[in-house]
Amino acid sequence: MLLQVEIDEPRCVAAGHCVVAAPEVFDQRDDDGVVILLDANPPGDEHERVREAALLCPAAAILVRDRGGAP
Amino acid sequence: MSDVLVVGASAAGLATAESLRRRGFTGSIRLVGDEAHQPYDRPPLSKKVLSGAWAADQAALRAPDALAALDIDLVLGSKAVSVDVRKQEVVVSGGRRLPYGDLVIATGLAPRRLGAFDGLAGAHVLRTLDDVARLRGELLAAERLIVLGAGVLGCEIAATGRQLGLGVTVVDPAPVPMGAQVGPEIGALLAELHRANGVEVLTGTKAEAPVVTNGRITEVLTSAGLVTADVVVVAVGSTPATDWLEDSGLILDDGVVCDSRCRAADNVYAVGDVARWWHERQARSVRLENRTNATEQGLAVADNIMGADKPYVPVPYFWTDQYDVRMQVFGDLAGADTIRVLEGDPADRKFVAAAEAAGRVVGVVGWNSARGVRKARELITS
Repeated sequence: MLLQVEIDEPRCVAAGHCVVAAPEVFDQRDDDGVVILLDANPPGDEHERVREAALLCPAAAILVRDRGGAP
Repeated sequence: MSDVLVVGASAAGLATAESLRRRGFTGSIRLVGDEAHQPYDRPPLSKKVLSGAWAADQAALRAPDALAALDIDLVLGSKAVSVDVRKQEVVVSGGRRLPYGDLVIATGLAPRRLGAFDGLAGAHVLRTLDDVARLRGELLAAERLIVLGAGVLGCEIAATGRQLGLGVTVVDPAPVPMGAQVGPEIGALLAELHRANGVEVLTGTKAEAPVVTNGRITEVLTSAGLVTADVVVVAVGSTPATDWLEDSGLILDDGVVCDSRCRAADNVYAVGDVARWWHERQARSVRLENRTNATEQGLAVADNIMGADKPYVPVPYFWTDQYDVRMQVFGDLAGADTIRVLEGDPADRKFVAAAEAAGRVVGVVGWNSARGVRKARELITS
């Protein structure tokens, strides 16, 4: 399964919960803490953590889309 | 009949429903909300929506397609009026009965009102999208704003008022803004921040009575004298929205009292601002009014509905945006005896500090230091 991750950057409130949940996929900018998406198509073993991050985001700034099927 | 009935269609209620689906729950879910709007987020109301940076629909919690994909029965504009926990049935306005397998109470808060100001033209509270539309409409035509209450909400409204070019006075009987959330030292920094941005900060001051001229508030009499204003916002805190549970047999004590699993009774859970649960790690009952708790507790309750039987033991987190400062707090600052700066300098409005009680770190706070405060969170000992 393919996962497409998108960030709605103006919504981000720099809570950093995504970085705690999925540090391989999300980071934060040094100056204002806004999210940095490290991998928009993370590998399968990251999917659960990425979905958790999207759930936990207090600003609903992380969008996760199933691209379905095998690549 | 729904397998899970969630009463309250804001962040905590929606998070519970969404987490259930994410965990693979295949039963029916009904989400009931008293407002007519699609589920929306409250933190932006006092900031981006009030300032006009966002249109109201940008506060939506989920896009319509994402909401539809959850396969939940969303019942909006319907207020719960009572519950019979033996019959497992909620009654909503209009008399409709909603039977359930598991009930999740997520009705949030109601703003506390001040009797003398209630219903007066020019007086406002801010909790809902409709509240913010009314308030914004009046602020655009106003020159002077008084905010009664210097909690998180009051401080944010004051900052937004300044951003809109209004003269702003904040009135609060406490010695510093947000003292209950951040303690005296950080509160003093906040007072300084508001004064530097042109706000008249009347702490240690009591609002006595409104002065009404031609049916509208024109002034407020305070213990520090008369203050002129076109608009007054009453932001003196909130109370858990539990009126509909008075005769339910559930234990109510500043919130719906729950065990460590956020369970109020058999097949009944509470989440978000309305829930008071036993925090096992802190060994006390806790109720949190913040956005992150709404989501995390929703996740925890979804897990427990699905049989996880896990205690909910979060490290509290909240943030606030005021002027050019984003403040983020993990843990508890209010009970600390010492604030120790770890990096940066409060004078530069960029720092991370640890809050200590009897030598233990009980909380951390960051101003404009998102990365730093996240890392410092690990210092908190439980």
